[in-house]
Amino acid sequence: MSPFTTWDIVRNLLLATQWTLLLSLVAFVGGGAVALAALLARTSRNRWARRGATLYIELFQGTPLLMQLFLFFFGLSLLGVNVPPWLAAALALILWTGAFLAEIWRGCVEAIPRGQWEASASLAQSYFEQMRHVILPQALRIAIPPTVGFSVQVVKATALTSIIGFVELSKASTMITNATFQPFVVYGFAALIYFALCWPLSKSSQLLERKLNVAHRHH
Amino acid sequence: MSLIAITEVRKRFGTNEVLKGINLDVAAGEVVAIIGKSGSGKSTLLRCINGLETIDEGSILVAGAQLADDEVHLKALRLKVGMIFQGFNLFPHLTAGRNVMLSPMVVKKVSAKEAEAEARARLAQVGLDHKFDAYPDELSGGQQQRVAIARALAMRPLALLCDEITSALDPELVNEVLQVVGKLAQEGMTLLMVTHEMRFAREVCDRVVFMHQGRVHEIGPPDIVFESPKTLELRQFLGMA
Repeated sequence: MSPFTTWDIVRNLLLATQWTLLLSLVAFVGGGAVALAALLARTSRNRWARRGATLYIELFQGTPLLMQLFLFFFGLSLLGVNVPPWLAAALALILWTGAFLAEIWRGCVEAIPRGQWEASASLAQSYFEQMRHVILPQALRIAIPPTVGFSVQVVKATALTSIIGFVELSKASTMITNATFQPFVVYGFAALIYFALCWPLSKSSQLLERKLNVAHRHH
Repeated sequence: MSLIAITEVRKRFGTNEVLKGINLDVAAGEVVAIIGKSGSGKSTLLRCINGLETIDEGSILVAGAQLADDEVHLKALRLKVGMIFQGFNLFPHLTAGRNVMLSPMVVKKVSAKEAEAEARARLAQVGLDHKFDAYPDELSGGQQQRVAIARALAMRPLALLCDEITSALDPELVNEVLQVVGKLAQEGMTLLMVTHEMRFAREVCDRVVFMHQGRVHEIGPPDIVFESPKTLELRQFLGMA
């Protein structure tokens, strides 16, 4: 008989879930900031800013997140920079999230009619004033549902960081399985925890989409 | 000294030259209508004057502000000349009052209190002071266009460009907008308007410009242009040939 009770398993999984949550939050908030910068560069008048942003977005969208994690973790070590797993995980996830959010948000900015740009330009507003006061407030409304929807992908993507040794929910599951020899129970609970995190997010994304579509444009 | 000086302006879209050397001077306080078929370049000309389109050759000068393709020059130019659009282009997320207040506050750094007083005065000028707190989608097309005029006026421009501002309106709403524009003309505002309202152009304008194939084809006082057009193209356009 195993010396571990089910409660031991669940308790330890829940402890590791904190790190999954923290990493998701860091990736999402950091990625959001990076995405905003990339978005402004991507839509600016400066050609080099546009190219730089495009290169970043395509690089991080066009390569597997796993490779990005390896490059940050092993690659930087080879260059003599010692990167702990949590830092490599956070950096890779921030940049990966930023690349996807930047493209999602660019779509929302481009959905704003040209007339809004022309009217605000005619009123002598600069690019940043247009963005800040006219374009982004309108783009934000349509950006909320896909952004919340993408947060589900971020939570699930944190599982990959287990491979470089960051102890979050997935890594903890493997470790507990190695001790208990009960893979089905352990991974089953882990999956339930992931689902409990993701399902409310995707549900609220759907609700927001319906609400923002039906409601008056300005409420 | 003219307020708006357009000299030898050429503009190409790809290989298609839409403005083929335009010369036009507008004096302060003058009201000028630009008429012509669609595709004659009249809207493009208007959009060049405040830098919504770039020009390939020539120069445009509004009260000493030169058109150039950088933010500093464009801002200086756009502070002198306002624009009203066919599609109103009010900011849908802001109330009528806020639409008018926004640019004075963010561009001219006017205080909220002053901006609000100015907005109320400009909305009163277009007969909409009671709609200060209404959102654009709660207003009729004619009301939206009047708010757009108030919004442009709040920046205290020296001239207004009007790009077919009644073309998107239901017929019964056209007059309320034309009345506002007519009043502005009387008060001495410099107006350069692309319009299909021939009767209005005739009554209000000092000069009429007929554009044809990217050129100023005929120009003169409305009674001459409308009564005795010199060219076949203008006679055809006016339905006299």
